[in-house]
Amino acid sequence: MIQGPDLPTWAAVIVGLLLLTGATTTLIGTLGLLQLKSFYERVHAPTLGTTLGAALILAASMVSFSVLQSRPVIHEILIGVFVTLTTPVTLMLLARAAIYRDRSEGASRVPTDGPRRTPPA
Amino acid sequence: MNRLFPYPVLTLALFVMWILLTGFSPGHVLLGGLVAALVSRTMLSLKPEPTGFRPSLAIFRLAGLVLADIVRSNFAVARIILFKPAERHSGFLHLPVELRNPYALAVLAVIITATPGTLWVQHDARRHVILIHVLDLIDEETWIRFIKDRYERLLLEIFE
Repeated sequence: MIQGPDLPTWAAVIVGLLLLTGATTTLIGTLGLLQLKSFYERVHAPTLGTTLGAALILAASMVSFSVLQSRPVIHEILIGVFVTLTTPVTLMLLARAAIYRDRSEGASRVPTDGPRRTPPA
Repeated sequence: MNRLFPYPVLTLALFVMWILLTGFSPGHVLLGGLVAALVSRTMLSLKPEPTGFRPSLAIFRLAGLVLADIVRSNFAVARIILFKPAERHSGFLHLPVELRNPYALAVLAVIITATPGTLWVQHDARRHVILIHVLDLIDEETWIRFIKDRYERLLLEIFE
């Protein structure tokens, strides 16, 4: 199952550490998803995986393939950019859906839409 | 220049993306340049509003701040999940903003949502108030000042 047999030890150590830290960060995020109490709290947890978790795993991939191919392999940056740009869209959509439901049910723990101030004449 | 490349930043971004994906070789530089120049022209038919983007050093300052804050709040949220501090409470926050530029607001939305622990819920365009959910809401005032001083000031500099 060793996928990178040509990887020198120093690189293997770096890649391993980056991968493990990234995976652990993502795991903590998913634990939060299980454990936190309200929906709005739970939405925060997976962002650990999409920020630091993803960054560390991408860094591991960059180091690994740069060493294996003896040239800089950095297209993982694109994955990072697109993950960062698209995750907020889904998270916001989820939060908006939740707050819309809570408001239409008249839940007291969410702020109301607020009085609409009439524009100055 | 403007006739040939109506959206130079987009053209450059597409070109860089092409090179990153395919690797650096003369053929791909040529092909990527051609694709970038042609594809970015499709934006002409969409007629996007001018962004009011002003290239400045503030972009790098903002990027640095955001990166540092993302790492820091990763640890903060991980601590909350693992050690469950008893006195923590989460809540909503009304942030009054001076930003009006829709692109700047979009950048602020990405920053706030990408940072663990804060979530952009909605933007009230009439009252210019953003509703944010904060996982560890200690003091509303502190958070408002934090976001305004760190991000909004720089965004006002970057976008007119």
